[in-house]
Amino acid sequence: MTAVQRAAPWHRAVLAQTRVELALTLRRGESVLLTLGIPVLLLVFFSVVDVLPLPEGEADAVDFLAPGILALAIMSTAMVSLGIATGFERQYGVLKRLGTTPLGRPALLAAKTLAVLVVELLQVVVLSAVAAVLGWGPEGSLLLALLAALLATVAFAGIGLLMAGTLRGEVTLAAANGLYLVLLLLGGMVFPLDRLPGPLRSVAELLPAAALSTALDGALSAAASVPGTTWAVLAVWAVGAPALAAATFRWE
Amino acid sequence: MGAPAVEVEGLVVRYGATTAVDGVSFDVQAGDVVALLGPNGAGKTSTVETLEGYREPAGGRVRVLGLDPLAQAAALLPRIGVMLQSGGVYPGIRPPEALRLFAGYYADPADPEALLDRVGLRDVSGSTWRQLSGGEQQRLSLALALVGKPEVAFLDEPTSGIDPGGRQVVRRLIAELADQGVAVLLTTHELEEAERLADRVVIIDRGKVVAAGTPAELMTSGGGEQVRFGAPPRLDTGALAVALGHPVSEVSPGEYVVVGPGTPATVAALTAWLAEHDLPLADLRAGRHTLKDVFLRLTAPEGDDPAVPARPRKRSRQ
Repeated sequence: MTAVQRAAPWHRAVLAQTRVELALTLRRGESVLLTLGIPVLLLVFFSVVDVLPLPEGEADAVDFLAPGILALAIMSTAMVSLGIATGFERQYGVLKRLGTTPLGRPALLAAKTLAVLVVELLQVVVLSAVAAVLGWGPEGSLLLALLAALLATVAFAGIGLLMAGTLRGEVTLAAANGLYLVLLLLGGMVFPLDRLPGPLRSVAELLPAAALSTALDGALSAAASVPGTTWAVLAVWAVGAPALAAATFRWE
Repeated sequence: MGAPAVEVEGLVVRYGATTAVDGVSFDVQAGDVVALLGPNGAGKTSTVETLEGYREPAGGRVRVLGLDPLAQAAALLPRIGVMLQSGGVYPGIRPPEALRLFAGYYADPADPEALLDRVGLRDVSGSTWRQLSGGEQQRLSLALALVGKPEVAFLDEPTSGIDPGGRQVVRRLIAELADQGVAVLLTTHELEEAERLADRVVIIDRGKVVAAGTPAELMTSGGGEQVRFGAPPRLDTGALAVALGHPVSEVSPGEYVVVGPGTPATVAALTAWLAEHDLPLADLRAGRHTLKDVFLRLTAPEGDDPAVPARPRKRSRQ
């Protein structure tokens, strides 16, 4: 029997791996809290309780919050959840052990990507439903929003894996959560960017979080337009972060 | 018998300036169980991990099933089974899930359910990896190494930290593998395991092979006979050696070896000397080396060759 026949077909191995990645993610309570609990809570609380500033010209809190919270959800899954899980898998030797199975790195990466996309789909469904109940009526271009979400997913996954591949598991845990908080505050997700002081806003606009929330907000508004600079920021992060992660990743 | 399943020729492994493996050679045939035996840090794991494709040899040549573990990894990996020294399993995964996952990597895997029973983990099916005992984790690791029906199994310390019941399960599985024609290379720092599990033992110390052969060969290869006895620690072995006319050494506290013929004359001289000094005697045994003697002698720190002292050491009883 040849080696090709001895290894499972690629799609079967990827499917088996994706199923387990998903099951393990959904089994981790802290991961579900981070990816679903917190976004839903923020969306409901700040839509109902009128304490946050709104951007110039926005009348309804949920119209501003919904795209921002969707951006937050994508960041939680692609950067924080993926980064922490992968960091501990590296520390516990799981990645090393997988290295002597026929799975292979491309298939592992494919499975992790699929698992992230499935969780994101779940988040979008739940958050959109909650936002709709709160009176959100998205307009604009679903296609543009999808493109922005995909670019941001790649960018955030790159940042998460950059930490996971170079830091210890506990350090990745702390760093990913810290970064999450900073990007939440500077991401135009809960507080509008235009309420930030000028210099801080300039910095924030170069970060992938603000770029994603700006892109989703623009794509899902009546005008369906996203500034070119926002696309540029997303694209640079989507290329740079995974490239840096791939170059520095240590498997054991 | 065809080409060996595992071939190691003059292997050198370095980590920076440190040489972990320094010219190791041995073979493993299909159906054979070979144990790499040595103290911690001897270079056992580095050797095995080179065969698994984790490390690049700094020198020498390794082949597994005729393939280069690094350059031909894609062809080799579906045909080998690996058990790492520690874990390597998702902390939150349950035993049946892990077995099904690994089965998903192979075209014709072993039945995960049957394997679960064979390693005796049916009762803990609902527990996650981190909830399993050390012995249960070892057994799951072993089962994961076998899911792909490997032709070569690399088992790094398969019985370390395992309870007696689990040890029996692991021993039985290894014997079954050999019966099925699988080449098994395992590492251990426990003599008894090597003696019990392996058809052939390769003793490694400080990166070099210091002895190799069947357990029986190793026990007789030391040459000559010996008298072994137990007595209070720190006897004056120099004085005793003079009395007996043969070298004496304390191989471990309170355990002594006289290197000389195990004749009644030697034994009589020994007991007389002990009586003269009013010392108790325990475990008197005349005859061949045990593998333990071989191991201790071969892996002793440099300049301290306990079983065959070149000169009687001046040590007084304290």
